[in-house]
Amino acid sequence: MAEEFVPKKKTYVEDIERTLYDIRDEDRSVYKSHSGLTEDIIRDISKRKNDPEWMTEFRLKSLETYNNMPLPTWGPDLSELNMDEIVTYVQPDAKMTGNWQEVPEDIKNTFDRLGIPEAEQKQSLAGVGAQYDSEVVYHSIQEDLVKQGVIYTDMETALWEHGDIVKEYFMTLVPPKDHKFTALHGAVWSGGSFVYVPEGVHVEIPLQSYFRLNAAGAGQFEHTLIIVEKGASLHFIEGCSAPKYNVTNLHAGCVELFVKEGARLRYSTIENWSRNMMNLNTKRAIVEKDGIIEWVSGSFGSHVSCLYPCSILHGENARCEFTGVTFASKGQNLDTGASVIHAAPHTSANINTRTISKAGGAATYRSAVKVTRNAPFAKCSVNCESLMLDSESRSDTLPVMDIEGDEADIGHEAKIGRISDEAIFYLTSRGIDEEEARAMIVRGFVEPIAKELPLEYAVEMNNLVNIELEGTMG
Amino acid sequence: MSQLLEIKDLVAGVEGKSILKGLSLSVGKGEVHVILGPNGSGKSTLMNVIMGHPKYEVTGGSIAFEGESIEDLKTFERAKKGLFLSFQTPEEIPGITVENMLRTAKQAVTGEKVKVVPFRRELKSLMEELKMKPEYAQRYLNVGFSGGEKKRTEILQLLMLNPKLAMLDETDSGLDVDAVQIVSEGVAKFHNAENSCLIITHNTRILEKLKVDKVHVLMNGKIVEEGGPELIDDINRRGFTHILDGASEGK
Repeated sequence: MAEEFVPKKKTYVEDIERTLYDIRDEDRSVYKSHSGLTEDIIRDISKRKNDPEWMTEFRLKSLETYNNMPLPTWGPDLSELNMDEIVTYVQPDAKMTGNWQEVPEDIKNTFDRLGIPEAEQKQSLAGVGAQYDSEVVYHSIQEDLVKQGVIYTDMETALWEHGDIVKEYFMTLVPPKDHKFTALHGAVWSGGSFVYVPEGVHVEIPLQSYFRLNAAGAGQFEHTLIIVEKGASLHFIEGCSAPKYNVTNLHAGCVELFVKEGARLRYSTIENWSRNMMNLNTKRAIVEKDGIIEWVSGSFGSHVSCLYPCSILHGENARCEFTGVTFASKGQNLDTGASVIHAAPHTSANINTRTISKAGGAATYRSAVKVTRNAPFAKCSVNCESLMLDSESRSDTLPVMDIEGDEADIGHEAKIGRISDEAIFYLTSRGIDEEEARAMIVRGFVEPIAKELPLEYAVEMNNLVNIELEGTMG
Repeated sequence: MSQLLEIKDLVAGVEGKSILKGLSLSVGKGEVHVILGPNGSGKSTLMNVIMGHPKYEVTGGSIAFEGESIEDLKTFERAKKGLFLSFQTPEEIPGITVENMLRTAKQAVTGEKVKVVPFRRELKSLMEELKMKPEYAQRYLNVGFSGGEKKRTEILQLLMLNPKLAMLDETDSGLDVDAVQIVSEGVAKFHNAENSCLIITHNTRILEKLKVDKVHVLMNGKIVEEGGPELIDDINRRGFTHILDGASEGK
């Protein structure tokens, strides 16, 4: 009767439904730079963007840095990225506007499908920025925030209208020489959002910038600069997606966040690039005394990702909460995590991540926690858990800790596992079928993260975890 | 009268090692049966095999429930037929709340959409009876629960899902006197003329509120002795070895 023994079935977790993101618009850009990187290309981009002179110089210097730097020797293999084939600047056929009616129809339809104007109308967003390829095509902010002195605009406008602030902060936290792709960013950056929240102002409803890359073989290099002054607060949401092409696209954005004394900033990202994207993004926050940075980071898309938002806890009692989820499927190598530098006494950080890999996908959790000598009584707790849904998938956990100071309270918990047969048996013994039991366990695994996500993204993530069983008898 | 559960000559094991070696056992409707036996005799294996744990391989004999063979059914199908297993060490499942799991399970076993308001009312009142704090409904299933809380959660599931056969695998082990009392009252509340209990225990306190119909002694993968409730006292006094001696003498 041995043949009656029912073999365990293979689990199949549905991929994220990509149809919505994969609708391409016809390429109607008015200008594209030549592919590759030369001084002439940089000068040309700078001229087209009408940069102030200091920015042109900044770009050229960054290019020099870029040319002199090697590719990173750690992390996923980036050799398939050929910069000579990447178009670094694609100017859409649209002028920046504060009125959706003025946005060209196909571009507006794209953002409609992504639900951006709708969320804005429902007042669930207090301001919206929408970038299409290299330029921001739409920006808006609620009137009462403007009256309180809040600035939310595209970086190009900020360069001219708030040039002194931009010059004071731009790429000071993430300098071009940081690594090869920040140097690249310094040379070719375009678009992105600038947010300034004055002292004591609480922005109650989130602001959201959405970055859409439509052109094939192009790069997107948006720069996000946020300054939250003393005692102020803000929730900023960043979304990104692109349709799939057979050529490599590159995203090397840069995010710089300045959280001043007693201020609080929540920065949520849902990244859903197509599977031909190299996502080499750099994000960093510096937090002053009693300030709080909260990162919520969802990485679902891209072919290769390297993303480790960094928090520099610079003032006493500064805090960092990092919550991240990464889902790597077929053809994806997602190397994500976080980094924290404790540089002042009584600073604390809490890193909590979940990674899932399936269908041959590779997910790596990588983190670096540094406690300097200047940070007595620093407190850091890291909890990273990985779930592999089948035996072809990979999961790695690489936490690095560098503790120089005494009296630091450091906790670390890492778990890598598969769905336990005993847990499945337990749930099925209550009448729940196997597919549902697996789905419940996977949903449960990401639940602590899902509950931190903005609602519509939490729904999206649950859809992602819909599970199917393929009957493979014998 | 037809038996609710009828096991004949069951041979089963794990990874080629046989644990149950021709075990026969019947439980009638409305009856309470107790299985006694030394550690490692196959008691938990028996319950896991009846519930259809995929780890165990059945290589001989038959299991029938309400006159129908269930060996080919998957675990969730057996649960839907009315089998229930209260685990000795219930799994901790992060991210799934007690309430969410129970609602999903209840929907599955009844095949009907669960109405939220009456479901919540029932859950709340049962949790009160089991002296569970109401916030436990929103806690992740068994995660960080004490031994006693886990066992009470098992009984909560038993009462909410209302199966035809409740198999209790040492539901009373590791509990203090008060907790055993609560669990025992819960089982007594569940039991009626329409359903049956099959109980593994080393402790007679859980049986105090129940009328035991039959006692089976399981040793080395076989039932070696059967009798009425008096067998419990007998074993408590004289131990298992005496049974084994008796059994071998009888042959």
